[in-house]
Amino acid sequence: MKNEKTTEEIALGIRRRVFEHSMRNNGGYLSQACSAGEQLAWLYNEALNLGQPTLPMIPKPFEGVPSPDNPDYHTGAGYNGPASPDYDRLFIAPAHYALVAYATLIEVGRMAPEGLEMFNKDGSSVEMIGAEHSPGMEVHNGTLGIGLSTAAGLAYGRKLRGDTGKTWVFMSDGEVQEGQTWEAVQACAFHNVEVKAIMDVNDQQCDGAMDSVMEVGDIRTKFINFGAHCVEVDGHDLDAIRQASEEKHEGKPLIILARTNPFHAMSILEERFPRLHYVRFKSEDERARMNVSIAKDLGVDPVDYAH
Amino acid sequence: MVEMVSRPYASAFEKFAAGNPDILCLSADLTSSCEIDGFRDRHPEQFVSMGMAEQNMMSFAGGLGLAGFRPFIHTFGVFMYRRPYDQLMASIAYPRRKVRLMGFLPGVTTPGGMTHQSIEDISVMRSIPNMTILETGDATEVESICEAADSIDGPVWCRVLRGSVPRLFDTPIKVGEMRELSSGDDVLVVTSGICTEEAMRARSALKEAGLSIRHLHLHTIKPFDAKALLDHIGSVKHGVITLENHVTEGGIGSLVAETMADAGVGKRLIRLGLKDTYAHGGSRPYLMRYYGLDALALVRGTEELMGQSFGISEDDLDDARIDDVHSLVKAEAL
Ligand SMILES: Cc1ncc(C[n+]2csc(CCOP(=O)(O)OP(=O)(O)O)c2C)c(N)n1
Ligand SMILES: [Mg+2]
Repeated sequence: MKNEKTTEEIALGIRRRVFEHSMRNNGGYLSQACSAGEQLAWLYNEALNLGQPTLPMIPKPFEGVPSPDNPDYHTGAGYNGPASPDYDRLFIAPAHYALVAYATLIEVGRMAPEGLEMFNKDGSSVEMIGAEHSPGMEVHNGTLGIGLSTAAGLAYGRKLRGDTGKTWVFMSDGEVQEGQTWEAVQACAFHNVEVKAIMDVNDQQCDGAMDSVMEVGDIRTKFINFGAHCVEVDGHDLDAIRQASEEKHEGKPLIILARTNPFHAMSILEERFPRLHYVRFKSEDERARMNVSIAKDLGVDPVDYAH
Repeated sequence: MVEMVSRPYASAFEKFAAGNPDILCLSADLTSSCEIDGFRDRHPEQFVSMGMAEQNMMSFAGGLGLAGFRPFIHTFGVFMYRRPYDQLMASIAYPRRKVRLMGFLPGVTTPGGMTHQSIEDISVMRSIPNMTILETGDATEVESICEAADSIDGPVWCRVLRGSVPRLFDTPIKVGEMRELSSGDDVLVVTSGICTEEAMRARSALKEAGLSIRHLHLHTIKPFDAKALLDHIGSVKHGVITLENHVTEGGIGSLVAETMADAGVGKRLIRLGLKDTYAHGGSRPYLMRYYGLDALALVRGTEELMGQSFGISEDDLDDARIDDVHSLVKAEAL
């Protein structure tokens, strides 16, 4: 698909959509749009080689879970195009970033804006915690720490099959607390799996700042010691992300640590720092103030959420 | 109108644990979602933040048990047995450590979909030797779950309700007993957790239809008083219906079936719950309707058992409570 917008425009578009959605719903995974806007925009607009979507622009309703009685079951991966040997694949490992991922699909023309209106509505496939039947998803990742392993296995399998397409995974920094993440890197190094990961290092998790919940230390050194090629960049600097993705990582996984700010481009959210994992407005007054301030930051009109 | 209690676990846990140095509060990055944020802030010396690393947390709790502590572990139920099942077995269940496993968001009480919904935990826990299983169905049970769990000499699995919880009962959990909520003699209805409230919603409509219902609520699932259940089964004419927020394989439906089979009881049994299926994300009332866990499902089950239709529709059932979407009682995120 050809790029009609710049990646900067897409990142801004993602933030505007997530902002509008969160205002209307009195809260949401808003800060993940601040931190990860550039990363997801860059993945979809530049990095990934994807075919045309194979699923309808307006998502179909929920059609049942996998079972022998549900022969037509399919995942939401069709929004990323067909799974052909030459095309790339992407997993969103932290499934609570789904809202940001859906906004990205809309910005790059892979899903209709109506899709976001179905978010977390009963009977919809556009689930709050991205399910494998949700747009753009191919597996369930709501249990954090399993995404890198799945991507590694797929990358290894595709290498065995001679596929030329790359396998990418978008990760969150909370996932480094799970032991499985390290087991995945260890296996990639051992089996020379060249999977590619970009991680939103926003230094926060549900309880607040990661350092106050469980310190993880110098994760770049840790990843290198476990056998990855790991580079650290400013996650809001697209040129730096582009450069990092060009790094050679022969026989190793590439892990790009995108250091980010959880209130980037929505400065008023700093008031809630470091408790930004899920922003639910505490009062009508706060909602109104944030509406005006964030709208100004994003160059849009405040959201008329009363209607 | 049912009384609604706001965050009963938050105050109950604090009241129970604060100042007892042998009790430690463990959390895996879901502190406010499990209503222990106030406890963390006011009693930091008893709070242990374990990060999002559940496997380590389970064996760590086993080690604390070895040191004479009684850890109360808090996270969503699913994260406490699916990934760290091996640690649960080896570090907690086998050596009978006094670890209290506080599993939040049982069954379909979360919109988080398959990865967040513990729909098979009771089945798993029932098959673990040494495990005790308790489930809360109202605010009074949530308020008494800490005492009840801590009275057990060994590990305890608890299904805990959070947020805005209805008060249905006025006496605390008495481990090993069951609650007799009505004493009819046509059909025995056995429920647990949030399904008990659903069964209560169907009560007047079924009575109107001329059916005399005996209703039991189970808060203690293991150990189980088989004799008491058999006595109740003996006093109804037509058979038994179970309704649970869980798959029908291995939960209270299975428990009742096994009890009946062991005793050679030849009455009919209808097991309602998730029918060998995963669930998906959505609101609790929607999921309870979709998967047949609500009052209407119980009515249909009763009709099946009796082999006749009572003409009862949604309108004939007592009102369901509608939770306020923007309620401040709701935890952040999930
Ligand atoms: C295995 C597992 N444990 C716990 C959770 C609950 N949970 C959801 S998001 C999250 C925080 C993880 O940190 P991160 O992804 O970095 O969050 P963010 O930066 O978006 O705040 C936790 C603990 C989960 N989804 N999976
Ligand atoms: Mg984070």
